[in-house]
Amino acid sequence: MEQVIQLEKVNKWFDDFHVLKDIDLTVTKGQRIVVCGPSGSGKSTMIRCINRLEAHQKGHIVVHGTELTNDLKNIDIIRKNVGMVFQQFNLFPHLSVIDNISLAPIWVKKMPKKEAEEIAMNYLEKVKIPEQAHKFPGQLSGGQQQRVAIARSLAMNPDIMLFDEPTSALDPEMIKEVLDVMIQLAEEGMTMLVVTHEMGFAKTVADQMIFMDEGRIVEQATPDEFFNNPKSDRTKLFLSQILNH
Amino acid sequence: MSVITQNLSRNKYFNWTVKNLFSSWVNTIMTIIAIIFVYEIGSFFLNWSIFSADFRTNFQGELITDRILCSKNIVPGEYGACWAIIYVRWDQFMYGLYPVEETWRVNLTYALLPFAIIGILFDKLPFRKIFIYFTFIFPFIAYFLLYGGPGLSTVGTNKWGGLLVTLFLGVTGIGLAFPLSILLALGRRSKMPIIKSLCIVFIEFIRGVPLITLLFTANVMLPLFLPDGVNPDNLLRALVAVTLFQSAYMAEAIRGGLQAIPKGHIEAAEALGLTYWQTTRKIILPQALKIAIPPIVNTCIGLFKDTSLVLIIGLFDLLGIGRAALADMTWTKLYYEVYVFISLVFFIFCFGMSRYSLYLEKKLKTDNS
Repeated sequence: MEQVIQLEKVNKWFDDFHVLKDIDLTVTKGQRIVVCGPSGSGKSTMIRCINRLEAHQKGHIVVHGTELTNDLKNIDIIRKNVGMVFQQFNLFPHLSVIDNISLAPIWVKKMPKKEAEEIAMNYLEKVKIPEQAHKFPGQLSGGQQQRVAIARSLAMNPDIMLFDEPTSALDPEMIKEVLDVMIQLAEEGMTMLVVTHEMGFAKTVADQMIFMDEGRIVEQATPDEFFNNPKSDRTKLFLSQILNH
Repeated sequence: MSVITQNLSRNKYFNWTVKNLFSSWVNTIMTIIAIIFVYEIGSFFLNWSIFSADFRTNFQGELITDRILCSKNIVPGEYGACWAIIYVRWDQFMYGLYPVEETWRVNLTYALLPFAIIGILFDKLPFRKIFIYFTFIFPFIAYFLLYGGPGLSTVGTNKWGGLLVTLFLGVTGIGLAFPLSILLALGRRSKMPIIKSLCIVFIEFIRGVPLITLLFTANVMLPLFLPDGVNPDNLLRALVAVTLFQSAYMAEAIRGGLQAIPKGHIEAAEALGLTYWQTTRKIILPQALKIAIPPIVNTCIGLFKDTSLVLIIGLFDLLGIGRAALADMTWTKLYYEVYVFISLVFFIFCFGMSRYSLYLEKKLKTDNS
């Protein structure tokens, strides 16, 4: 299988705090990986390193054969191929929904405005809210905003999608509509790296589970093995805490 | 009692008055004192400035050409203001020593100025793009009209004065300071240490020094920094000082706006592959400037008033011209008239800016929510 993301002995510090410790990870094309772990375990930081929202200090990160360094050109290439969805949606509040989505195609891909808006509408249909195109983010519910954020990322036609706790800021009744979109995306073969605590979602779509704690990958396994036969005690404890509440 | 209140409750205004002005005996006394106070001051001022004032002629119907012809100087104690000084010296108040036969050029510039500004002020204006284009060519038109060029005789800035100098310094200073202040505010938040410290030093230095000092410095030191033979005139030196001063304050106002933008917006833009400048232009500045407009307008009001300090380096702005008028033996001692008039002119502009800022605040509250 084609390897699209490789992390090799990646280390990162926030001042004195060692957030990532010798992270090794390989993601192949079409793979769907769910990352879980207690808060502060470094899971968000790890995926934020993959598109250089955070810089790692030691080790190598290679995406599509391009290594992430301080070279801005490499960072640009990688960001064009890697989409990201945030916990807080981070839509641009001063732009309408359609402008939010068409902004990057117009300015980064230099696409004509009309074409970019057509693409934006296509993706809005895909996330099932084409009727909201001309509203502003503040007028939408959290679930709708997150779906717009997904459409905004997809409009750049990335082949890898990173999700950083996409449903953690949502009211419970809105989680499903966002997960449905993500499941659909997974079924279409998108390479996905998802930080989430939605274990139901993980069981449905993941083909690899990663459990992180204190900056290390403690366990990596198929969902079947991960949920039914976890190896480390730390994983067992975590699973018992989040599955039995 | 209850019957009376019921009857009265139909009257909305009466109700409001009772509730807000006469709700208790303390409130009632305060209201009465306030009414007497306002009445006394108001009637005195109206009487002085309008009802018993001279405009062009005195009470005997003579045209006033000298202060001794003012009614109040003929019959002491009975008459109010003598506005003839403003009338006689109107040209100086408006244009300074600009040649009389050329003042149409200044008038034309004054008349075009609102069209140059309106496009920036109102974002839903019809044909706004055309107005914005005009905003950018207006400085060249204004320069040509005011200073002269092919087809128009040159009028040196030493002839400019009065409202012309005040508006020139205020409008040009604000106009030039705006782009500069955006760069300074962005620079102050830059990740590049050299740019960042340069911006901090510049902003803090300018903010730590009174405008008068800057004006003196610009007046004395600017020629030292320039090559021999380049000798900028006084007005230009003042403009440099005013622009630098304003840009530092505006930069701080804009920085306040920049700080209010959540980091997540920037990260989202970066993740989409937008460059720093694209992110700044499309995501950060539109939001930050909106938030910063009220404080920006505040600094503009401050600067507009501060332009009167240039009289200290020998420029005749509105206040300087007023003081020159008072120094004229024909008109000396008409302090009240001159200062009231000057205050009124400043008030009109500053109050306008203040109302605009309030209008924007209201508009921003309802926009995009």
